[in-house]
Amino acid sequence: MKAYIKALSYYLPEQILTNEELVKEFPEWSVEKIAGKIGVTQRHIAAPDETAGDMAVKAANKMIEEYGIDRTEIDFIVLCTQSPDYFLPSTACVIQHALNIPTTCGAFDINLGCSGYEYGLAIAKGFVVSGIAKNVLLLTAETYTKHLHPKDKGNRTIFGDAATATLVSDNGFAEIGELSLGTDGSGADHLIHKSGAFRQYSPMNDLTFDENDNPHSSDYLYMNGKAIFDFTSEAVPVMVDDTLSKNNLTLDDVDLVVFHQANKYMINYLRKLLDIDKEKFYIFLENVGNTVSSTIPIALCEAKKEGRLCGKVLVAGFGVGLSYGATILYCE
Amino acid sequence: MDTQEFIKNFANQFEDTDASEITMETSFRDLDEWDSLVALAILNMIAKKYGVKLTFDDMRQTNTVQELFNVVESKK
Repeated sequence: MKAYIKALSYYLPEQILTNEELVKEFPEWSVEKIAGKIGVTQRHIAAPDETAGDMAVKAANKMIEEYGIDRTEIDFIVLCTQSPDYFLPSTACVIQHALNIPTTCGAFDINLGCSGYEYGLAIAKGFVVSGIAKNVLLLTAETYTKHLHPKDKGNRTIFGDAATATLVSDNGFAEIGELSLGTDGSGADHLIHKSGAFRQYSPMNDLTFDENDNPHSSDYLYMNGKAIFDFTSEAVPVMVDDTLSKNNLTLDDVDLVVFHQANKYMINYLRKLLDIDKEKFYIFLENVGNTVSSTIPIALCEAKKEGRLCGKVLVAGFGVGLSYGATILYCE
Repeated sequence: MDTQEFIKNFANQFEDTDASEITMETSFRDLDEWDSLVALAILNMIAKKYGVKLTFDDMRQTNTVQELFNVVESKK
């Protein structure tokens, strides 16, 4: 038994944050230069009362409509999010009801960020191949912008909100190949939102500003850019090699490479490090920004629309955790 | 350490700056494209190609490619 992606759609919230608006907020900062470098001109922002669960439902309904999926045939829901609606229950349970999917459907959340789509594919593939489920609805949804301090100009330039829906089944347009997964928890502190859960339940109110006027606070998302950059340039080449060897392929056999769209400069750095042809390297973040676990499925959607989702497609995610995962999609 | 090789590796971290613009005398902070992302890439390149781990502070003490080269060489 093999597992395939059968349907794929995404949803973007209505509100758009443009570079012009960021320039107005941070006139002393070179927004245009930085935004150009990271390749983002606008990002979508979830409304104050719009949650990751709400967005995931919209993405799922869009997929169901676009592909004519019978919702009674969905027998498992996996939601990947780090901005869940509640501590408990799992947002995936709420989504089962909202989508009117039969109660015979299993559901749970997984808490991962930029590597989440590959882990979701791993779970969905495992369930389909083992017969635990026939049609797994894999959802990714993040409202990372709600984790950000309003004065965090760097991260506000990078991140956008989005949700995606993928149906994994025993037939479809992209077979999920062998996976390579990895974790380095020693780097957990490098990308973290410390307070709010039970290690530190109450806000710490420890806001400080560094020499570049960047806010640092345990009550908002913190990213150590240098540490993440270094981790990525160490882990990704090793993971790509492992993925290729598990699939008995070389880089030359790969038709398209879709990395987690962290930022344009960094993924181009990885592209050069790995000697990947520019023509084979897919970039889609200009109008959406870094949408965490949604960047890869959004890019796959767009590549499909452009007719570029063909042959062997290498997908690789990496980031918060620190966590990383990759696979090959064998496309029609 | 080979200076030409170092210049090539250094210039390779820029996207829009032509390699011919960069010499050992270049004050890299004055280049239009210079920013913290390029700095990250250069620190990473130095760690990978020369086995020397520099910090942002180490880098802040240098202005020209030659000065950076000297720091790397002294720590090798």
